[in-house]
Amino acid sequence: MPDAADTDWPDQIYDLLKAHGIRQVALVPDAGHARLIKRCLADNAMKVVSLTTEEEGVAMLFGAWLGGEKGVLLMQSSGVGNCINMLSVAVAHRTPCPMIVTMRGEYGEFNPFQVPMGQATPTVLEAMGTLLNRADRPEDVAPGVDATLRLAFNTFRPAATLLGQRLLGAKTFGR
Amino acid sequence: MQTGPSGKLNRRAVVRALLADRGELLVIGGLGAPAWDITDAGDVPENLPLWGGMGGAAMMGLGLALAQPARPVLVLTGDGEMLMGVGALATIGVRRPKNLAVVVLDNEHYGETGMQETHTRHGVDLAGMARAAGIGDARLLRTADEVQALRGAVHAMAGPLFAQVKVDEASERLVLPPREAAILQARFREAVLGAAAHLQ
Repeated sequence: MPDAADTDWPDQIYDLLKAHGIRQVALVPDAGHARLIKRCLADNAMKVVSLTTEEEGVAMLFGAWLGGEKGVLLMQSSGVGNCINMLSVAVAHRTPCPMIVTMRGEYGEFNPFQVPMGQATPTVLEAMGTLLNRADRPEDVAPGVDATLRLAFNTFRPAATLLGQRLLGAKTFGR
Repeated sequence: MQTGPSGKLNRRAVVRALLADRGELLVIGGLGAPAWDITDAGDVPENLPLWGGMGGAAMMGLGLALAQPARPVLVLTGDGEMLMGVGALATIGVRRPKNLAVVVLDNEHYGETGMQETHTRHGVDLAGMARAAGIGDARLLRTADEVQALRGAVHAMAGPLFAQVKVDEASERLVLPPREAAILQARFREAVLGAAAHLQ
């Protein structure tokens, strides 16, 4: 039985979103985000929007900021590839754009298709002006997400926390 | 209302009619001609003309509409821009903000890149796609009277509302908004939120 401190990091992220006044949550689901998504859906003060593709979230967060609301984008590493050009909107306008990315294609990956984008995720985000931090241990999640939210909203730019696959556990498809 | 050589509505006349007596209306202009069109109607802080982010205009409208539910939000964009982010119709159709209107100025061409034909030239029915995505009020417009009715519907906030306005393909004079996007964002936020916008 894992220690509660090792598994309650999604609740810690939720608490941070509340502490930072996040009102809009844009997402394409990922198993690693499932518990956080449930918490956000249960919160009537949060407007949770399920997207057809992740770049919609970058655009939505810009609209939210225009109207004075803070948002966050939740996605899997493969979705980062779908955001590349839209990140120019946040860079050019100087829009806070915090992202929380669950990593695939690394530690113990089973699906070959996850590897190329997973491995390229940090490079791609940095190429588009995004400041990064990583969390591979439960105790690194809350400080990392807090840093991402602070960087995004205090310095007006895209910022992301990458939640490592070692933290999330690899999806094994029963093998 | 002015029409072009094709007999279809003139895009600038359509936009001026939609933005007349705009009151509380907040406007996002998709990149390319719609950004110049809204600027031609009056370069005001409550306009956000886009210089990029192709495919994102409708979703920007959704984020803004959710943040400012008491104000009407109008996204004016082109057929090529809408087609690039057409999944947004489904996202909007599920979320259904009453105060959001997405209006496509459909000239059936990519106007900024040499007038190549878009899919609407070949029968793709954007209004039908919007309706099928759950946007109940989705209109195809061809006349000045229909544009006047659309203006009323944008302000009525009984949406979400989608409209595809068939416009003449003739290019209009360039009327460029400021190109520094940080200024566009900051002036818009200040107009909506007051000076507190810069201390958020």
